[in-house]
Amino acid sequence: MRSPVLRALISATAVYAFAATAATAEVEAPTIKIGSFLSVTGPAAFLGDPEEKTLKLYVEKLNKAGGVIGRKLELIVYDDAGDSDKARTFAKRLIDQDKVDVIIGGTTTGTTMAAVPLMEQAGVPFISLAGAVVIVEPVKKWVFKTPHTDRMACEKIFGDMKARGISKIGMIAGAGGFDRSMRQECLKVADKYGITVVADESYGAKDSDMTAQLTKIKSAAGIQALVNPGFGQGPAIVTKNFRQLGMMMPLYQSHGVASKEFIKLAGEAAEGVRLPASALLIAEILPTSDPQREVVVGYKKDYEAKYGSEVSTFGGHAYDGLFLAVEAIKRAKSTDKGKVRDALEATKGYVGTAGVVNMSATDHMGLDLTAFRMLEVRKGNWTLVK
Amino acid sequence: MAELLQFLFSGLTVGATYALVALGFVIIYNASGVINFAQGEFVMAGGMASAFLVAAGVALPLAVVIAVVAGVAIGVALEKFAIEPARRAPVVTLIIITIGASIAIRGLAQLLLGKQFHTVPPFTGDNPIVIGGATILPQALWVIGASIAVVIGLGAFFSRTRLGKAMLATANNRRAAQLVGINVRFILLLSFGLSALLGAVAGVLISPITLTSYDVGIMVGLKGFAAAMLGGLGNGIGAIVGGLMLGLAEALGAGYLSSAYKDLIAFVIILAVLVFMPGGLFGKASTERV
Repeated sequence: MRSPVLRALISATAVYAFAATAATAEVEAPTIKIGSFLSVTGPAAFLGDPEEKTLKLYVEKLNKAGGVIGRKLELIVYDDAGDSDKARTFAKRLIDQDKVDVIIGGTTTGTTMAAVPLMEQAGVPFISLAGAVVIVEPVKKWVFKTPHTDRMACEKIFGDMKARGISKIGMIAGAGGFDRSMRQECLKVADKYGITVVADESYGAKDSDMTAQLTKIKSAAGIQALVNPGFGQGPAIVTKNFRQLGMMMPLYQSHGVASKEFIKLAGEAAEGVRLPASALLIAEILPTSDPQREVVVGYKKDYEAKYGSEVSTFGGHAYDGLFLAVEAIKRAKSTDKGKVRDALEATKGYVGTAGVVNMSATDHMGLDLTAFRMLEVRKGNWTLVK
Repeated sequence: MAELLQFLFSGLTVGATYALVALGFVIIYNASGVINFAQGEFVMAGGMASAFLVAAGVALPLAVVIAVVAGVAIGVALEKFAIEPARRAPVVTLIIITIGASIAIRGLAQLLLGKQFHTVPPFTGDNPIVIGGATILPQALWVIGASIAVVIGLGAFFSRTRLGKAMLATANNRRAAQLVGINVRFILLLSFGLSALLGAVAGVLISPITLTSYDVGIMVGLKGFAAAMLGGLGNGIGAIVGGLMLGLAEALGAGYLSSAYKDLIAFVIILAVLVFMPGGLFGKASTERV
């Protein structure tokens, strides 16, 4: 710039404008900062993407309705792409730099467990959206979770198998945290239901062909059914290969594939696959007496109207996480981390998309087996198994 | 017996893909000494393009052709805009440029086409064919059949046409080729285009069986490179044999040893070849005249 006077004038205007906006911001109450690290891209994308969309949708909705305890919500989301190291870095950033009040995130067990030590150390309430039971067992002071555990999935599946007279099964799991954890849990509770595991295979996270493993399983003596703990593209490929090999026995998936994306990817191969999932997927066919009906139908309507794509249980877990946090903040009447944590632990009778939540000092998840429904894929859609 | 046959079928199918990718590596290496680490992205481009075209309503045969053309276009663009301006740089620099290009292409795919996985409908249906107690998908027959056709076509191109012979001459001795009037720069462009063609064809063939997403290129590229090394970098027959052997090793390893370590097999092969047999199975040990 030529004239020093002109330069001074422009900088003065800039400073004034900046100060003016800063000043107006201070007049409002400080926002409630909700931090989140999700796997929006990568192998867990069809879990993380609806989670991000749900959080954005409801934070906006809550703000339009006036916010929570008179303050607006501010959502800060980072994408860890399913990488545990990145998740840990983002969690650190949320706690130290963004100074969030509560964290709702950790799409996968791997990313959750990588970040948990940070929340415990810093004393920040953390609601995880991942499946493995290890997240809340042993109970950690600051860590809660919304999805059903993998152990519950095993129990629901084994209960269904027992009713069908199945006693010898095979397992094929991926290499991820949730896959491994659910496989462990299933092996632990199999005896209780009279189930013996006669085949046990695994595949890598990015594998594109599981016919070798399935061929081994096919030839296991006396095998009657197959369980595939996992999420993402692995189970879709397992399902496709399963049909390709002409395997006719019952195939059970976990709640890690509770999304229409799975049916789309697996195509016709998904026909007849059974899995435990929350009532959200069958919202319309729930009887009116079901306590969850209002919540799930409402969420389904909002989400599908805004995004034009079908709901998945993962978005539902994010919904539950957000509203559990919001209710806790309301009950604590502040964002003091200790008070919010106590309020979260005292949650009773919260009706969410996953079920009715009753937390306690020893139970930071709050769901029981009735929250899980056994579904079956028929003609590309979810149906309820009686 | 049926089990072994099943493993052989899956090994050959995925091996054919690796063979095509390995051939792509070899063609570019022969023409310029550069190892093109963006080779895997050509496969991704073929698969993703066909997935998107079909989802947009284009008929499958046309979508496949357009997808392959798109892959070739990306290969040619890569050579024109990333390699040619740097042609005076040492080979190592060019290799690093291809790594950068592969990251860029992946990023573009992620931005433009999204992060989800996509399916492509199989060419002639989904019903498995039973042979000797093992099943094989019709699509797998397409993969193997089309790969054989491409390889025969390539062989004819190199031995019967002038352009093909010019490419072989350039690979043999670049300076001498220039002296007899071969346009070496065009040969380089052609080699990238051919490699991209091979990669994109592999991509459109294999996507109906596996799924496709923006980052399938990484693993496929690395394994194709392992196959090319196994066969002897610079040797076309070696690349094909290397690819098939790698595919079979993976399938048999997963079937008879442990399924958890399937990916490990390709990387162990790269390490073993580099340490014990740098010339690969068919390569000659190279000597430098001082």
